[in-house]
Amino acid sequence: MRYSQSGMATVENKNAAANSGSQPGSQPGAPSGAKTGAKTGAKPGAQEGFVYLPLIAGWLVPGAGHFLLRKWGRGALLSGSILAMFVLGLTMQGKLYSNAHEILDILGLAGDLGNGLLYIASQILGLGAAQTQTTIADYGTRFIVVAGLLNVIAAVDAHNLRTGRKS
Amino acid sequence: MGNPVFQPSHFTAVVLFALFASIVFGITQRETPRRMIRYGIYCFVLFVGSTVAISWLMFLIAR
Repeated sequence: MRYSQSGMATVENKNAAANSGSQPGSQPGAPSGAKTGAKTGAKPGAQEGFVYLPLIAGWLVPGAGHFLLRKWGRGALLSGSILAMFVLGLTMQGKLYSNAHEILDILGLAGDLGNGLLYIASQILGLGAAQTQTTIADYGTRFIVVAGLLNVIAAVDAHNLRTGRKS
Repeated sequence: MGNPVFQPSHFTAVVLFALFASIVFGITQRETPRRMIRYGIYCFVLFVGSTVAISWLMFLIAR
């Protein structure tokens, strides 16, 4: 099945809607013309520059991708949530995966790597437990892994904002 | 390895997990602020509600 961007809020679709929005009989379901047109018309060079910068920045530092795009509120909430989850995981003596000998360790390491610089800094500083011995520590391990996965989702969201797929 | 600095109860851990995950889901999966808040609340209720429901189910099975 071929992937279609029909109906999505891509830059091309928005420009098309902006051009046809003021005319009567424009496509139902398309974004409203005047507002979208003003938005896209105000930023003709929105696609210039390195498109992947918010994605990479958002991965390395939680919320940084949104800050680069001047989405201060969203960035602060994302940053606060992911940081809090990561720090709570560490304070619960959660484990930081460092090797990948077994399949579950590989998955855990992949999740941890989603935290970007937080994970690298924590490894350098020797934070986190080597082994989990309590239930709370196991919860902490999950908190750290899920914080990494949520950070990846946030970074991809920043990339979507940058490319115009989302507004 | 010492004791954990933060030792939440199981329910507190669930609520914290649901809170942070719901905030990220709400912001990333919806476009307008109003819909973000609604979706975030929806996710939070589903997270906590399903945990409580499954906990009761396991409790009844174990008896």
